[in-house]
Amino acid sequence: MKYMLMMNVPGGAYPYTQWSAQDWQRHLAFLKSFNAKLTQAGELVAIEALSAPDQAKRVRAGDDGQPITDGVFPEAKEFLAGYWLVDVDTPQRAYQLAAEASAAPGPGGKPLNMDIEVRQLMRSPAEEL
Amino acid sequence: VTNVQHLLRDLAPQVLGMLLRRYGDFAAAEDAVQEALIAAADTWPREGLPDKPRAWLTQVATRRMIDHIRAESARREREAAAAEPSQDETPERDDTLELLFMCCHPALSPASAIALTLRAVGGLTTRQIAQAYLVPEATMAQRISRAKRTVSGVRFNQPGDVATVLRVLYLVFNEGYSGDVDLAAEAIRLTRQLAAKINHEEVAGLLALMLLQHARRPARTGPDGRLVPLAEQDRSLWNTRLIAEGVDVLQAAVGRDRLGDFQAQAAIAALHADARTAEETDWVQIVEWYDELVRLTDNPVARLNRAVAVGQADGPRAGLAALAELDPALPRHTAAAAYMHERDGDPVTAARLYAEAARSAPSLPERDHLTRQAARLNAQLRS
Repeated sequence: MKYMLMMNVPGGAYPYTQWSAQDWQRHLAFLKSFNAKLTQAGELVAIEALSAPDQAKRVRAGDDGQPITDGVFPEAKEFLAGYWLVDVDTPQRAYQLAAEASAAPGPGGKPLNMDIEVRQLMRSPAEEL
Repeated sequence: VTNVQHLLRDLAPQVLGMLLRRYGDFAAAEDAVQEALIAAADTWPREGLPDKPRAWLTQVATRRMIDHIRAESARREREAAAAEPSQDETPERDDTLELLFMCCHPALSPASAIALTLRAVGGLTTRQIAQAYLVPEATMAQRISRAKRTVSGVRFNQPGDVATVLRVLYLVFNEGYSGDVDLAAEAIRLTRQLAAKINHEEVAGLLALMLLQHARRPARTGPDGRLVPLAEQDRSLWNTRLIAEGVDVLQAAVGRDRLGDFQAQAAIAALHADARTAEETDWVQIVEWYDELVRLTDNPVARLNRAVAVGQADGPRAGLAALAELDPALPRHTAAAAYMHERDGDPVTAARLYAEAARSAPSLPERDHLTRQAARLNAQLRS
């Protein structure tokens, strides 16, 4: 079963731009080893990081069908920063992986314990009705 | 798929089983067989089939295996023995059964066992397996090599666990069809091979179940990709040859009087296959088989299906009463309740429950189906 693990962050610039080099390095090293572990386990389907919320645009079609863009957004709003797509045997395994990602080290090596949203992909194929 | 490819896929697990019995070392043996397969796929179409294709493959794979063993300096001592394969090997001995048990070893996770089985026993390429399961090829390669490492310590020829093998094969069957590999057909092929090798009533039960379910596949989706529920299927599209075979296999299995989960499920599928129209379905007998299935497995999904069958046999009120005894969080509980409320003449409740079921549907076609049911009832209620 496939799950998307979504890392959501507050709007504005990414906070780590204010971190020390050492903290940032530690955070990157953690992600690298976490991703390597997922790869070796044969569970990683896809992984992407997104540009920061202060770069985001909201787009809707105007009456003429042309795009109307909107941004920058209030910092209170949550934004998707990146995601993992994993293929695992059980939901519990997906939650476990999300908890590990959540505890990525922040300033001073303290776990960030950030919110990871876990969503199951629609299954395919469908069972007979 | 050409004949050469078919032949190679049949022979590959036999050669691999032989190498494993002789030398152990799953990873190296599998690599050696893959190389031999590539050589054969290159040579045979050009130069014609060798007189003894299996002997040809065995020879090439054995040579690769010996090269590998020679290259491993730490294994010098085994080299002498390995370099002289005994000539008195029974050449047509079949080791694929042991190989299948190894690939479905209980130490492996379901996903790993599936990947290893399709590759080592099914003879599929890593790319084909990756496409079938919609994951990147590199991910599938990692999964397979990890699985190989897990079973590398398992001694070949150990008695295997039939139940685990059957679970793995049924999981493959249910994955259906995506990419260029028909996994349902592949699962049937492997289960047929297994049934030909061991006389086990549940192996036959699973084969019968697969055949009977597969027979309905042409009728299961409409031309626009919609799911067509069993009751609405065009039964003239059912494959009568598969049904006849499934019923034969099932009868032989049930005759042994050692009932099991798969035989009971196959018996239910056979009763559906036996009805020329949905109205002719023998729901009373189906309920009896579900009682048997619940007794055998105590599976909550079986209980839910039983409640639906009770609704058909004894009316929607009885079905709703049976449903009320089950955990409402069960998959399809809400959809089943919606269906029975509609039959009970309560379209308001049915429409509400169909909409609720659509929100938690696990697949897009199912969500589509439930959403249309809700819309149909809501339109009726407005007019």
